[in-house]
Amino acid sequence: MCKSMEVNIAGITFKNPVMTASGTFQPRECGDYVDMNQLGAVVVKGIASEPWTGNATPRIAETYGGMLNSVGLQNPGVDVFLQEDLPFLEQCDTKIIVNIAGRMIQDYCEVAEKLQGTSIAMLELNISCPNIKEGGVAFGTDASMVEKVTREVKKYCDKPLIVKLSPNVTDITEMARAAVSGGADAISLINTLLGMVIDVHQRTPILSTKMGGLSGPAIKPIAVRMVYQVANAVEVPIIGMGGITTGEDAIEFILAGADAVAVGTAGLIHPTALTDVVQGIQYYMDRYNVKHIKELRGLVK
Amino acid sequence: MPSHNKLKSRAAANVVSNIQIATNIYEMVLHHDDVSRATQPGQFINLYCNGKATLLPRPISICETQSDYGTMKIVYAVVGAGTEEFSQRQPGDTVDILGPLGHGYDMHEGVKEHIIVGGGLGIPPLLELTKRLIGKKKVVLGFRDETFLVDAFKHYADELYVATNDGSVGEQGTVIDILERHHIRGDMLYSCGPKAMLEEVQPWCIQHEIEGQISMEERMGCGFGACVGCVTKVKNQETEQWEYKKICSDGPIFYAKEVVFDV
Repeated sequence: MCKSMEVNIAGITFKNPVMTASGTFQPRECGDYVDMNQLGAVVVKGIASEPWTGNATPRIAETYGGMLNSVGLQNPGVDVFLQEDLPFLEQCDTKIIVNIAGRMIQDYCEVAEKLQGTSIAMLELNISCPNIKEGGVAFGTDASMVEKVTREVKKYCDKPLIVKLSPNVTDITEMARAAVSGGADAISLINTLLGMVIDVHQRTPILSTKMGGLSGPAIKPIAVRMVYQVANAVEVPIIGMGGITTGEDAIEFILAGADAVAVGTAGLIHPTALTDVVQGIQYYMDRYNVKHIKELRGLVK
Repeated sequence: MPSHNKLKSRAAANVVSNIQIATNIYEMVLHHDDVSRATQPGQFINLYCNGKATLLPRPISICETQSDYGTMKIVYAVVGAGTEEFSQRQPGDTVDILGPLGHGYDMHEGVKEHIIVGGGLGIPPLLELTKRLIGKKKVVLGFRDETFLVDAFKHYADELYVATNDGSVGEQGTVIDILERHHIRGDMLYSCGPKAMLEEVQPWCIQHEIEGQISMEERMGCGFGACVGCVTKVKNQETEQWEYKKICSDGPIFYAKEVVFDV
């Protein structure tokens, strides 16, 4: 029997619900390890209106069952992205989603405008990166700002807009509702959790920025809980992420209310994790005779 | 559409041997045909732990390959939970690896005199390099106190200098002291070692107008260019501005003149 993994998000059809998580995937480097043609979408690392250098090193610290990063959205800027990365991605049979970053509302709008009329399927608004001082998480933790940024960027955006939420808030549903009020076509969550690791021998923080974003299997129960809460609070499609490593992890997010999922840290540790998750979902569907993946969406009440 | 016939992936390598060669320092020989054959001097492999808590790979440079046998040797120090776990592996066990990763040293044709400068745990990858270089090879190895791998270099070096900080073995002093004391000169310098040493090697190269290639190190995430964690400042030769380059995939070997050290 033919089983369908196809999902539709804001009018865009994806061959399966598995995407790369922004910030963990560099198309040209990762292309040596992952067959991008097998993915529902490739979500490109945060792109700003101009090149960003990112933070000083160390940017990476291992934690129990996860990792901290403080990369700080190092990126070549939208112009270089359009010239160099996009033509490469266009050769792949997958949807392209671009995560957009900014320090001020105007920065996001500028990137969105430059991406108009390109082959990109959707944009993802990054208002949740914990590693930059201005913009980023400062927008994502204030409901009125979430709504305002979303509304402004929508004016310059001819494609469906996903708003990526920060888990570093008291009530995630408040942020989700604000994004939807601003016109978000979909919600993705969660970005990394703000964390800290101290080297007890040196008696200093490991990261140059002292704090950074926690990701990996360690955060999965928090992410599942937040997806569940948001799915019960808003009507728009949800892309769930946070520690997904296997097909069963992905199913857990879908049962909690996600339409699609993204795999991040697992792909850094196991370069084939993304396609392994696709196969794992297929295996689950076969085992339980699920005809269409959307049957599972939000099944857990 | 890009071809995906040759996707690289993690694979189990057989442990051939794993012995302690100095205090806290181990030498492991691994068997993996493809990785052994593909390795260029200066490249590294990711080693993965079995533990579910220690997820990140441990990037370890490749010391020597014997491609006829499909084996490679790594030399590593036990510095934490991951390397502690590796030190317990026995012949017949396996360890998951990925590689070879990064860009190795450029071995330009026509270079007649080579200077190879290693410090501490930066010494291992220079062995395969010294083996493969053609021409006169002057090797300077610096240690804190205890030495290792010195005998292996004797087979391939035309001149070999050993120094320790305390003078307990070889000469007393740093690698720079040795380079100066013996007026060592050449056409190309290759170096790997602690950052503090490389910071002194760089101006030495510039002062003596010798092209240098140095191996950089930083806390890594993935090891293959995806996470943009391990970066170093590299000067763009055209604009004179620095930019962050990824050590794992753009390096780990950079030309000494390009690297910008933070003061």
